[in-house]
Amino acid sequence: MATAETNAHETELTPNTYMQHHLQNLVLGKLPAGYERADGEVLEHETWTLAHSPAESKAMGFWSYNIDTLGWSIFLGMLFCFFFHRVARKSVDGAPSGFHNLIEMCLEFVNKNVKDAFSGTSNVIGPLALTVFIWIVLMNTMDLFPVDVLPLVMQKVSGNPHMYFKVVPTTDPNITFGLSISVFLLIIFYSIKMKGIGGFIGELTLHPFHSKNPLLQAVLIPCNLALEGISLMAKPVSLALRLFGNMYAGELLFLLIAMLGYWQLPFHFIWAVFHILVILLQAFVFMMLTIIYLSMAHEHH
Amino acid sequence: METILASTAAGVFFLLGMGAFGTAIGFGNLGGKFLEGSARQPELAPMLQTKMFLVAGLIDAVTMIGIGMAMWFTLANPFLAYLE
Repeated sequence: MATAETNAHETELTPNTYMQHHLQNLVLGKLPAGYERADGEVLEHETWTLAHSPAESKAMGFWSYNIDTLGWSIFLGMLFCFFFHRVARKSVDGAPSGFHNLIEMCLEFVNKNVKDAFSGTSNVIGPLALTVFIWIVLMNTMDLFPVDVLPLVMQKVSGNPHMYFKVVPTTDPNITFGLSISVFLLIIFYSIKMKGIGGFIGELTLHPFHSKNPLLQAVLIPCNLALEGISLMAKPVSLALRLFGNMYAGELLFLLIAMLGYWQLPFHFIWAVFHILVILLQAFVFMMLTIIYLSMAHEHH
Repeated sequence: METILASTAAGVFFLLGMGAFGTAIGFGNLGGKFLEGSARQPELAPMLQTKMFLVAGLIDAVTMIGIGMAMWFTLANPFLAYLE
């Protein structure tokens, strides 16, 4: 089912170019004037355009947008808001059924975990945990679509046969870092809000080593700061790379399976079933760590 | 060129091998302790199970980052950039 024709300069379809093609985002960015494009055309002036090759997307530099990742994540986010809002608004007397029941099960699951792990009082943590969990589950489930289906549909729709279309948002580090950095900012905000600037700085410098006489304490502060600083910085990085690593490895395996020809059907199913566990587990871990980190931020010493 | 590819491949073997080694031991211990705990107190099994899944997600975090790096090295080898 692999697409026969590929980019102009990727003439033959080797496993490597197939995988490169499927791992390349649809990048919108500005190419400088006089830039020689993949198909030989030279640009007279700076143009906003879609990259036709990995080299072009690199030339677009930092300020380029992965449209497919942005599009899918925003779409799934709106899907989540729409359905949850519709169910929340419609009140059901008696036992809820079908879809309403599913939404309530998700709510109860997230609520139970928030109650268990979150010791402080905050009206942000509930909706935040629910959004993080459901959104990441939705984004991850995009991975279950067969690898060639959506890009093929997109190529037919857009008419551009060399269309890059990476469907799973969480295999793009931008999304996972976006999630984890926003959680990181919340951690810092609530640490300062709950413990004040002094408390937050004190938490970074007075733990774990502290002593009575000030001279020794002055020596201990830098190494405390180093220890606590690294563990603070490790939180967003590990959050982001854990989700990204899992989904990227899962996506790669789907790509390898897709290259098996007709043997891909049973293997795709087997790996998809196992991958459902990975999808839910990674969303659960991301939510739980968000709750735990924020409850640590809310603690008073 | 060949030396870069060969050494990257060797590096990737270590990344994947060590990661799998560590994760296997971690999950083995985790599962074993979970079974012991729920055997001793069966009523705690559901609570232990959620905690087990949480720790399971944490165990393979570093391995997954290693696998992600290994896949990046194999597919888009950054060290080749230093050739030209």
